[in-house]
Amino acid sequence: MDDKPLAIVLFSGTDDKLNVAAVMASGAAALGRPVHVFLQYWALDAFRADRIKNDHGLAAEAGAEGKAAVEALRAAGQAPWYETLAMAKDLGNVEIQACSLSMDVLGIEEKDLDPLVDGTEGVTAFYIAIGDGQILFI
Amino acid sequence: MSDAIHTTVDAKGLSCPMPIVKTAQAAKLVPAGELIEVLATDPGSVKDFAAWTRSTGNSIVEQAEDDGVYRFVIKRA
Repeated sequence: MDDKPLAIVLFSGTDDKLNVAAVMASGAAALGRPVHVFLQYWALDAFRADRIKNDHGLAAEAGAEGKAAVEALRAAGQAPWYETLAMAKDLGNVEIQACSLSMDVLGIEEKDLDPLVDGTEGVTAFYIAIGDGQILFI
Repeated sequence: MSDAIHTTVDAKGLSCPMPIVKTAQAAKLVPAGELIEVLATDPGSVKDFAAWTRSTGNSIVEQAEDDGVYRFVIKRA
């Protein structure tokens, strides 16, 4: 198996996009690939310890029909994205880092973040960490 | 090693990628040569388990579908 790291640059802070990021991360972890998640802007905001379990809404294109579909999945017991990420971390080599610029922009300190987040790094450290791995931007 | 099922993963009702994630988690605790039974209702799990076993070296020794429930028996590498 190709075990190049998968990097997910997670920018978006709505529950649908956070969920697909968690899905991509956990799928890669199940295959034994290292995963490096880099949290920027609105995604980072969603990882605040006191907000992570909030309703973060959906992308604008969801509309009423999309919202109903997502709510039905939730009601059927689909794990929330932060639980899927916790499972991915438990399963494999999944690291979650906050973007230091975004921390400054949003006035967030490490103590404000959920323990799912492993630390803070700048973009240079991010590129060095992922080497020649693939990057997804969500 | 025996032909009995060592561990069953009931992933019915779970959507992608949970059947694989739960199986990968369970597989950590299953010794080589032992069998894992997986029950899933996600139609994507057919291709997912084929890919996952190919990539991880585990093998599917039985596979069936009955009334929307997919059953895989996987031998741990």
